[in-house]
Amino acid sequence: METHSKATVCYAMVIDLDKCVGCGTCNVACAIENNVSVPPPEALENRGLTWMRTQRVDNGKAWPDHRTVTVPIPCQHCEHAPCIHVCPVTAVQLDESTGIIGQIPTRCMGCRYCMAACPYHARYFNWFDPKWPEGLQDTLNPDVAPRMRGVAEKCNFCHGRLDRARELAAAEGRPAAEPVHYTPACAEACPHGAITFGNRLEEGGPIAALEKKPEAFRLLEALGTAPKVTYLSREPWIRRIGLSRLDRVRGHGDGPEGA
Amino acid sequence: MDRQLIQRGLDRTTLPRFLLWLLPWLLLAAWGGTSATQLFRDGLYHTNMDNRFAFGLWIILDLAIIALGAGAFFLGFMTYLMRRHEFKQVLNTAVIVGFVCYSGAIVTLAIDVGQPVRAWFAFWHANVHSMLTEVTFCITCYLLVLLIEYIPIVLKNRRLRTVPGATVLEFNLHKLMVVFAGVGAFLSFFHQGSLGGMFGVLNGRPFAYREGVGIWPTTFFLFIWSAISAGPSFIMLITMIVQGVTRKKLVDDFVLSRLGRLSGILLSTYIIAKVADTVVWIMVTLPGKGFDAAEFYRSDMFGAWVLFLELTVFGLLPATILLNRRRVEKMPWLIAGGFLTCFGVAFNRFVFTLQTLSVPTMSFDRFMIYWPSQQEWGVLAGVVAYGVILYSLSFRYLNLFPRERELQTTTGSN
Repeated sequence: METHSKATVCYAMVIDLDKCVGCGTCNVACAIENNVSVPPPEALENRGLTWMRTQRVDNGKAWPDHRTVTVPIPCQHCEHAPCIHVCPVTAVQLDESTGIIGQIPTRCMGCRYCMAACPYHARYFNWFDPKWPEGLQDTLNPDVAPRMRGVAEKCNFCHGRLDRARELAAAEGRPAAEPVHYTPACAEACPHGAITFGNRLEEGGPIAALEKKPEAFRLLEALGTAPKVTYLSREPWIRRIGLSRLDRVRGHGDGPEGA
Repeated sequence: MDRQLIQRGLDRTTLPRFLLWLLPWLLLAAWGGTSATQLFRDGLYHTNMDNRFAFGLWIILDLAIIALGAGAFFLGFMTYLMRRHEFKQVLNTAVIVGFVCYSGAIVTLAIDVGQPVRAWFAFWHANVHSMLTEVTFCITCYLLVLLIEYIPIVLKNRRLRTVPGATVLEFNLHKLMVVFAGVGAFLSFFHQGSLGGMFGVLNGRPFAYREGVGIWPTTFFLFIWSAISAGPSFIMLITMIVQGVTRKKLVDDFVLSRLGRLSGILLSTYIIAKVADTVVWIMVTLPGKGFDAAEFYRSDMFGAWVLFLELTVFGLLPATILLNRRRVEKMPWLIAGGFLTCFGVAFNRFVFTLQTLSVPTMSFDRFMIYWPSQQEWGVLAGVVAYGVILYSLSFRYLNLFPRERELQTTTGSN
């Protein structure tokens, strides 16, 4: 299933894990930008909502060789997305002009088949009615509709910001076909500049250059999903976390354990 | 009034005893109703499913009862299209069991989805590439077929036969049964397969993903095969249970033996296909995706015993029992073989649903476990109770077993 092959825009993200300190700013900025609701205190583990999960992983070794890394995991916006073809109501769609995998909450009927299909566990279900603590609802972003109970949601590379960038481009009289530049909330907020976002088809652009670096890797490449989120690290053990277990064995690596 | 609804010549228990029999099932149905109300009102947070266990007890229930309900279409196919008329003795029971299974599954699905009022989106915004769309369309259509097959059984009721139009409708519907049997077989073939396909197409979940045969993954065919293996056994067991509860002989013993043997023949071929599929999965599919089968069987909950049980205790063993002509003529062997076959198909659906979600995909994932909440069990109990109540009412007021009058020996309950 080749997608958007004639498009001039394919948004992608590169996350430098060596720069990430696990502060969680990306997570918070994402939640504020996208009106991600706050689950009640009684919510069980794995019932929360976040479009940018931050997973702590260690190298499985004892001190003093013990090392940890935080891996921010948004939707990987796979080229061959396992979630698109499973959705029975066409609520998951690939925007061929941008490469973004979009979710239509008002069409989702909450069957959760897409969640079962995603190997990255990057999709979340609204188990509760969306609520915000007293006063926080005044800060909701008017450009992004909150989702209702009973539907799945996930990162959409800040589609609200993309829409605003397009509106601005139109107001400036730029042609609609011309690629627009924008920055998702997580990339903007990261205090260490660990997240780079842009058009991977842009010649000489930062994304294309970063994706070609020898320290670049993607999560579970052997599955053939072709994620548009790339990670960077100079540490071999960190690069191995992207591998499946068998591929780690084939590479003779002593990989990490979940932290 | 009650007596006037019971077919002439059929011995049924008194109304108070019948109501007493229904009482525990009505209580279970009330538990199910209360749970469903809570879930519709407050949302699915009353379940123990989460973002990782997106599917739980209800999907296992749906898959299992739809597989067990396969006796309805398969015995219709055998009776009307393959002209195996001995199965007519259990065909009415098969239709009602099928109706119960499919309607129960649809009710459970309606509770399971987060936005049940949007269920019609599956038709309006149908994604033709989704196996779940195929399942939705085929199950809905087949439930209508089952309803049409159920109507003539109801119209044969003693009171309804006094209505002239009802008799004409029953007669005409009966003439068309061969057509509905064919349509039912066609639809069932696809939705049983699509339920398997639902898992086989999960290219991001190596535990479930399977190689394709044509446009379908192998699970498409294996789910059909296992369902038609278990369907006759389930009808055989239900008939035996009804005979036991009512203490009446309702069908000839040879019919039960033939149902068992039919299951045995299909199950033995299914197991060969399942073993071949498993070997290809271990040797080709998984290494191609960077995975090793052993890593899926390392948790306390899902050890290698899962595969062993599925292939031997719930596969080879019942197949061996039910293939043997002498054994299927002995009721204890028949019950053992039938039970293992039915439990095996339910176990297969359990494994595909739960183990797929339980096993890690990324290197830093952990094995996860899930245990259903009280409300999830409540819905399951409610669906089972609904089935028992509908079947009990049908048995009391309709003629489910055409040979009952001739075979009846009077010792009755129910």
